[in-house]
Amino acid sequence: MENMVNIFLFGKKYSVPDNLTIMNAMEYAGYQLVRGCGCRNGFCGACATIYRIKGDRELKACLACQTKVEDNMYIATLPFFPLVKQVYDIEKIQTNEAVMMQLYPEIYACIGCNACTKACTQELNVMQYIAYAQRGDFEKCAEESFDCVMCGVCSSRCPAGISHPQVAMLARRINGKYLAPGCGHLDTRVKEIKDGTFKELIEALMQKPLDEMKELYNNREIEK
Amino acid sequence: MYSERFQKSLAAVEAAREKNIALEPARMTAQQKEDLLAEFHPDYKKDEFRELKIGPNKGEKVPTELAETLQAHSRIKASDVDLNSIDYDVDVLVIGGGGAGTSAAIEAHEAGANVMIVTKLRMGDANTMMAEGGIQAADKENDSPAIHFVDAFGGGHFAAKKELLAKLVCDAPEAIQWLSGLGVEFDKDADGRMVTTHGGGTSRKRMHAAKDYSGAEIMRTLRDEVLNRGINVVDFTSAIELILDENGNAAGAVLMNMETGELLVARAKTVIIATGGAGRMHYQGFPTSNHYGATADGLVLGYRVGAKLLYAETLQYHPTGAAYPEQIFGALVTEKVRSLGAKLINANGEAFMHPLETRDVSAASIIRECNARGNGVDTGSGLAVWLDTPMIEAIGGEGTIEKRIPAMMRMFGKYGIDIRKEPILIYPTLHYQNGGLDIDVNGMTTNVKNLFVAGEAVGGIHGRNRLMGNSLLDIIVFGRNAGQNAAATAKDVTVGALTLDHIAKFESEIAEAGIETDVVSPKLLPDYTRKVNG
Repeated sequence: MENMVNIFLFGKKYSVPDNLTIMNAMEYAGYQLVRGCGCRNGFCGACATIYRIKGDRELKACLACQTKVEDNMYIATLPFFPLVKQVYDIEKIQTNEAVMMQLYPEIYACIGCNACTKACTQELNVMQYIAYAQRGDFEKCAEESFDCVMCGVCSSRCPAGISHPQVAMLARRINGKYLAPGCGHLDTRVKEIKDGTFKELIEALMQKPLDEMKELYNNREIEK
Repeated sequence: MYSERFQKSLAAVEAAREKNIALEPARMTAQQKEDLLAEFHPDYKKDEFRELKIGPNKGEKVPTELAETLQAHSRIKASDVDLNSIDYDVDVLVIGGGGAGTSAAIEAHEAGANVMIVTKLRMGDANTMMAEGGIQAADKENDSPAIHFVDAFGGGHFAAKKELLAKLVCDAPEAIQWLSGLGVEFDKDADGRMVTTHGGGTSRKRMHAAKDYSGAEIMRTLRDEVLNRGINVVDFTSAIELILDENGNAAGAVLMNMETGELLVARAKTVIIATGGAGRMHYQGFPTSNHYGATADGLVLGYRVGAKLLYAETLQYHPTGAAYPEQIFGALVTEKVRSLGAKLINANGEAFMHPLETRDVSAASIIRECNARGNGVDTGSGLAVWLDTPMIEAIGGEGTIEKRIPAMMRMFGKYGIDIRKEPILIYPTLHYQNGGLDIDVNGMTTNVKNLFVAGEAVGGIHGRNRLMGNSLLDIIVFGRNAGQNAAATAKDVTVGALTLDHIAKFESEIAEAGIETDVVSPKLLPDYTRKVNG
């Protein structure tokens, strides 16, 4: 019923149905995965994988859970990559490019080869977001890097030794905490709750008999 | 691009799109919902459940697969472990490295406790990472925690433990503030107002989001904070048995290295179970939206030492799991797709229901449409209905999809389906464990001292069905709560002599009840080897 293709897992040949993802194909071949498998839905970055189609020069990167097998695919998973993660206190951090110079100075050694962007499993413009980080434009860095799943493939290809996902993580946290506009209605509501504004209302609800709660729920007004 | 087999139905969907956008389908009455659920919701299929013969919930029914894993043998005998050889000695032991576990660890650390996280895969390999749609909090002027309470209480069939639900809704705005303070990037307008939408069953627009990477954005930020604080994280290591002390209080866990099988002993003054859900148990053969390790481990750990379960018989089937293409079968299609205006359309192009009923009602309605009314689309691997995503661009303007649900666009785009122009096919997928271990408002189990629970492993916060956006909320609110209380409790705890006597005791209960089984638990990981569908 299925069309079979030949794939090479770490060099060893297996025949698998052609409609499987790389991850499913590994399991089909008999691997019980512990490493290199997380959400299985393209969000966690656990299953970074590098492959080459026989006869092709180009080395490609993908997430194993999001990519179909192809005939003559040579596959090596990259379940862990030693990214550099600097520690810092988010409460006491500088919010301009000085923080990058201090924590991730290697980003200024970027040679512009764009290998990171070419390797990105999420098709992000990685080199561009590093450029934004270099000049302290963290809002743009955050926006450009937002869909990053931190799989680390970019860093595995970087001749300058940059840990791109960690640089972007820092930029996003700075942006989220310090640079994005504050939220007045949120602060107001938190204060109201602390002041006990809703205490009686909630307590009254908790005392209500079931019939009244049903009545209240089934006839509540729903915002358009 | 859809193949020939879909074209006729697709044409009907496209032809009716304009009319369907304008249509406001009626919401069901309470009676209609009740009848629908009774006939079509998987929770009501009696032959899929089995009565527990032993343990604190003896006599109650739970899904067959859960009963098997709860009434199974331990992976070890007490004699396999030397409890005098302690590998880790901490104040607070957190089992699980998802949203609840990391929130708990951060708060316990903040309170000055010596805290450690043990997690069977990597920190962040959790359902939190995959939560797409958002997090609820009643922080707008037309809303209040009381309205949030009514929505969630009714949506959960009036079964939630009220004191837990009250805490959930009242602590919600502060949870958002805490996350913002850690640097989580919520969608805001230029003035800083939160961009909020409806979820199924909400009466106010209180769904906060970070595009459709809401959970991922929260999880990676919490993970970064755990690392910044230098909290000890022992990864690729599972907890396989809790350890009690001579007084019957939780006092640690036996850990197993997932790669080498080495057993280790962790002693702790308080223990927090934050092991998450159970989608990978594939109840009733459903596919799941859950991460690889969602195998109900915490329920097993707790149950074996006598902790009680609440509503373990209620599961959530997310109405919109991907039904096509088969490579993403069962993957989550966020409810936010419907929040943004996409409607559910049957094979004939009819909008057969209001798109924002609660999840149990929506799932049951889709199952009815496909299986009883014959209005499903045959995908080749099952039936499905359409979710008409192009409506979003028609309503919100061009570019809305790319800006608000980029993960969905990417997921289908990889298989040649442009969701801006083409609708997608969906069918319910196993999504969430509504029930779990029974806790008090401090997060401690109701019958094992010093054992706390947070996140999806808890039962009772949501009642018998959970609203969208209340899970990301509960992992933060009750994760923090458990961390704070576990740290405070630990200050006054003196751990007595450690024991694993409960293993033999449980084993003899199995024998006495006449249960014959070769299952060992916790399951830890599903087995997909040599199978076509994982």
